Amino acid sequence: MPEQVIHTHQLANGLTVVVEPMRDVQSAAFSFLIPGGSAFDPVQQNGTAGILTDWITRGAGDLDSRDLSNALDNLGVQRSENTGINHLSFSAASLGLNVPAALRLYADILQRPHLPEEEFEAAMAGVEQSLRAMEDEPQRKVIIELRRRCYDAPWGLPTEGCLEDLPNITPDSVRAHFQRNLRPNGAILGIAGCVDLDEVLGVINDTFGAWATQPEPEFATAPRGERIGHIHHESTQTHIGIAYDGIEYSHPDYYKAWAAVGVLSGGMSSRLFTEVREKRGLCYSVNASLNSMKHEGRVLCYAGTTAERAQETLDVTLGELVRLGDGIESHELERCKARAKSSLIMQQESTSSRASSIARDWHFLKRVQTLDDIRRDIDELTVESVLAYVHQHPARDFTVLTIGPNQLNVT
Amino acid sequence: MKFFQTKLANGLQVIAELNPSVHSVAMGFFVRTGSRDETPEVSGVSHFLEHMVFKGSDKFSADDVNRVFDEVGAKYNAATAEEGTLFYGAILPEYLPITFELFANILRPALREDDFNMEKKVILEEIGMYDDQPSFLAYENLMQSHFAGHPLGQSVLGTNESITALTCEQMRKYHHDRYLAGNITLAVAGNTDWDKVVELAQQHCGHWPAGEGYRAIDEAHPKGGLKIITRPKSQQQHVMQMTPAPSAQSKLRFAAEILSVIVGDGSGSRLFWDIVDPGLAEAADLDFAEHDGSGAYLTYLSCDPEATEENLALIRSIYDDVNKNGIREDELELAKNKVSSRVVLRSERPMGRLSSLGGNWVYRQEYRSVDDDMQTLRSITTKDIRDLLTAYPLGMTTTVAVGPLTSLKI
Repeated sequence: MPEQVIHTHQLANGLTVVVEPMRDVQSAAFSFLIPGGSAFDPVQQNGTAGILTDWITRGAGDLDSRDLSNALDNLGVQRSENTGINHLSFSAASLGLNVPAALRLYADILQRPHLPEEEFEAAMAGVEQSLRAMEDEPQRKVIIELRRRCYDAPWGLPTEGCLEDLPNITPDSVRAHFQRNLRPNGAILGIAGCVDLDEVLGVINDTFGAWATQPEPEFATAPRGERIGHIHHESTQTHIGIAYDGIEYSHPDYYKAWAAVGVLSGGMSSRLFTEVREKRGLCYSVNASLNSMKHEGRVLCYAGTTAERAQETLDVTLGELVRLGDGIESHELERCKARAKSSLIMQQESTSSRASSIARDWHFLKRVQTLDDIRRDIDELTVESVLAYVHQHPARDFTVLTIGPNQLNVT
Repeated sequence: MKFFQTKLANGLQVIAELNPSVHSVAMGFFVRTGSRDETPEVSGVSHFLEHMVFKGSDKFSADDVNRVFDEVGAKYNAATAEEGTLFYGAILPEYLPITFELFANILRPALREDDFNMEKKVILEEIGMYDDQPSFLAYENLMQSHFAGHPLGQSVLGTNESITALTCEQMRKYHHDRYLAGNITLAVAGNTDWDKVVELAQQHCGHWPAGEGYRAIDEAHPKGGLKIITRPKSQQQHVMQMTPAPSAQSKLRFAAEILSVIVGDGSGSRLFWDIVDPGLAEAADLDFAEHDGSGAYLTYLSCDPEATEENLALIRSIYDDVNKNGIREDELELAKNKVSSRVVLRSERPMGRLSSLGGNWVYRQEYRSVDDDMQTLRSITTKDIRDLLTAYPLGMTTTVAVGPLTSLKI
């Protein structure tokens, strides 16, 4: 693997900039993680951060909404804005030479958005309609509702918001959310690709240096929902969501937890795919993933199957989750390692995935792992160490949510 | 990047665009067969066969296939559409030989009866899964309505009935008739040697039966119409529409691509500013889909059921305006900047180059480098768009609606 150099720089106001210059690419990407995600939505106003994510790009600095959009398009910026639990994230990629100009536009978006009164209704309508569309897609809805039941609020609340709360949200409450939460201290900017380090740092100092810090806001916690639940829906399939305890991203055993889930669901030779789909033909989609946050984590599983086979699918899936504790074959772990190594190397072909990885690492770990660091951690995994993790964190006390025509029996 | 090409004695086309500065290599077998090549008795067989390929050959069992791909850390999959079945993967260069052998071997699948019966259940589940996704349901029905009477109207997944009735013997015959060397293109992109590619192709594909699959590619002449699928409990209304556009063989296709960006891209387009940005709909976009001999503009609208007719009237007025007055220079320039950045970003990964490399060859026996694409893009003028709109105006020939509405005025 070619040597990887990652530069970290912190502005006086706390904004952390992590830059990974890359060879052999023309593009560069950046990823802003800005405090103010859905965890900071005011109580009974879940959706505030989601509306801000839309509203914030409707004009900033000297540009109105349309001029801002055109300016980004003319720079060839492919962008997306997402509401996360902790952060609002703003991702962009373009030719490396256009990145300094794009950063200047984002400085306006994040510090000087217009938040125009006359466009509030439109931003609200967009959020409301995407929540309604989600109601029509049980496969998506089941995971969102499962998170509500396996995490306390605000961590389990839908980042997109919920329909019942939208009427409580006003332009002023969203502006207040912006003023209280969006700040440089706690913000992270990851940049990867064809960039000149001194040039981008110069632009960032110029355009973000005067951004004023804010005190870290509090958030309100509330208990999670019922552990076992069913939502009736006239769907063709029954959509099954299962959760159990995992660990946080910064935990020293993180890669063991990752490998344990990898044995279950990391590839088509993994346990769930083999036992639920290949041997029994119970479903098309079945998977499990490690959902690690900063302070805790869960394993989230999904299976979708026609109603008459749903009970068997649930029983077989739960059985496989528990059976992991009985033992892991060495070749199962070797396959996980091989998949991880190939993914790590291929990441170097994508400036977008490097930019988001380094920003995410800084958020969770306050440092950036090089690909070699990760490779070393993965090489060190043994069947014994992964199995010891599974015994310390066994799959049990499941949260189960089903959406479909009939309720299932959860034993 | 350097391009290479050859044809084996049995007719297998082999193409490669090699680049020593990337970390991986991507390979794909593009089989020129899909739902348009099926007879009604075997509806869904192309897609079902794609699944059965992964159940292995005489040499590799189903477990072997899944295991070996994971052992080399391959990122791989397959996809079936109306006119193609694609098997593809990206791996680190040192794993090309084993991955190549596996893919080539399973393209002559054993098609074992017990595997067939088990996988049939998975296919029926896949049909059920898509039934719970309104936009997919709308698309599937729109293809059937718009291309009614033309092979492009044939369903990719098939139906519960056609899949239940399908026999393993029928699938064997379909494979025998369609998976012929002359009907397959092997494309490789990324970091490897051309000599190695040719050697692997000779060794693992040289014995494949020769022959080409026949396909009529008459242009479709859709009659149009309206189909409403009422789902009373749905929250949103999903509407999809098609109207004829240039085919994969038409020179007008470049103009059609850029027109779809100007009029209906997900952001910064006419539909975006007039409908999505003001919050009138969750989505309103226009795509261009090229097929062998035919093409289609595809409109998608997702909105509050009560606002559907009003939104469709707005879309209609945008299309009328574009058809009558064409597009502005500044819109064209902006779209070119957007698209050229997309082309460069996508091409940085071998997997991103593979579909364009294979697609150009399968449809047009043509190699186009990233520079060729950029030059063509830069050369498009508002007059080219005018010529396109004269031949293929935007419209609403065929409509399918999925949602609570029981009637709809277009």
